[in-house]
Amino acid sequence: MAGTAILGRLTWRAGTVCSVRDETATARTIALSIPGWPGHRAGQHVDVRLTAPDGYSAQRSYSIASAPDGDRVELTVQRLPDGEVSQYLTEELAVDDPLELRGPIGGWFVWEPQPAPVLLVAGGSGVVPLMAMIRTREATGTGAAFRLVYSVRTPGDVLYATELAERQHGDNGFQLAYVYTRAVPAGWPVPPGRIGARMLAEPGWAPDRCPAVFVCGPTGFVEATADLLVSAGHDPATIKTERFGPSGGQQ
Amino acid sequence: MTAHLDGNVLGGELGELFTAEITAATGRCASCGTVSAIAQTRVYTQAPGMVARCPSCGEVMLRLARASGRAWLDLRGITCLELAVPTGA
Repeated sequence: MAGTAILGRLTWRAGTVCSVRDETATARTIALSIPGWPGHRAGQHVDVRLTAPDGYSAQRSYSIASAPDGDRVELTVQRLPDGEVSQYLTEELAVDDPLELRGPIGGWFVWEPQPAPVLLVAGGSGVVPLMAMIRTREATGTGAAFRLVYSVRTPGDVLYATELAERQHGDNGFQLAYVYTRAVPAGWPVPPGRIGARMLAEPGWAPDRCPAVFVCGPTGFVEATADLLVSAGHDPATIKTERFGPSGGQQ
Repeated sequence: MTAHLDGNVLGGELGELFTAEITAATGRCASCGTVSAIAQTRVYTQAPGMVARCPSCGEVMLRLARASGRAWLDLRGITCLELAVPTGA
């Protein structure tokens, strides 16, 4: 795939905002055109740098949400209460604005299209790089069986809800399970709670099937989930994790 | 527990220094001998630089600081770094 084996240092590039789209009340997808973009792999991220007129600069990492598509890249940004970068990106950045970024970044937390089954576990906006994998699976037609277990606080926090529902109903190879930690939809059969071992061991997804596992979310979520998976018998070598947090990490 | 991230967050900074992708590289911990991907290290960013610790024993494997157009990279906690190099085939 483009960019996979090319040796070259990362540099800062100037992208231009093509469109913005609200995903939830607090999250926005930003589509960028980035001249010279070498292509990306599902799971990679970029670093975004904002620089004020006085020279003050702030930098954050954001996962790429889109499948590879020429020089076009979509980021989904979750607005944080005190996030100086995320507030600008979700409230002020507008179409035709420039944006400085560095990427594509990462070669470990990536999914290469192949037929082996894949178990995805997302905590909150940790779903973003996993969505790139789901979209890349669709775009490349690999037919790999995918299961996404998606933990969110409330139904209103679900990113890509419509698209996920369409894939769930239109594609037998894609399974989707929500876990609500604060509030559940009307008629939901269980009270709010955290991901349990049973959710990760649905029929067909036990460790003996050896799925590739990708877990992304806040640090505590990722570590609790990885512990559950290893306790259930998954080989730690098959589990890839990515943690994000408020200190210059992915958000 | 002090908040930490993981080595995925080092990819951008190290990607400016090296031509090869480093988060997928593996490093052997100089303290306990565990081999892990750089992406799997525990990374602490609440410091002037970034500090990556062994996911197994917690000892420092890598430290990186950037300032004024220069970088300081301390790798004494890694005895061997193994990375993929394209063969050109």
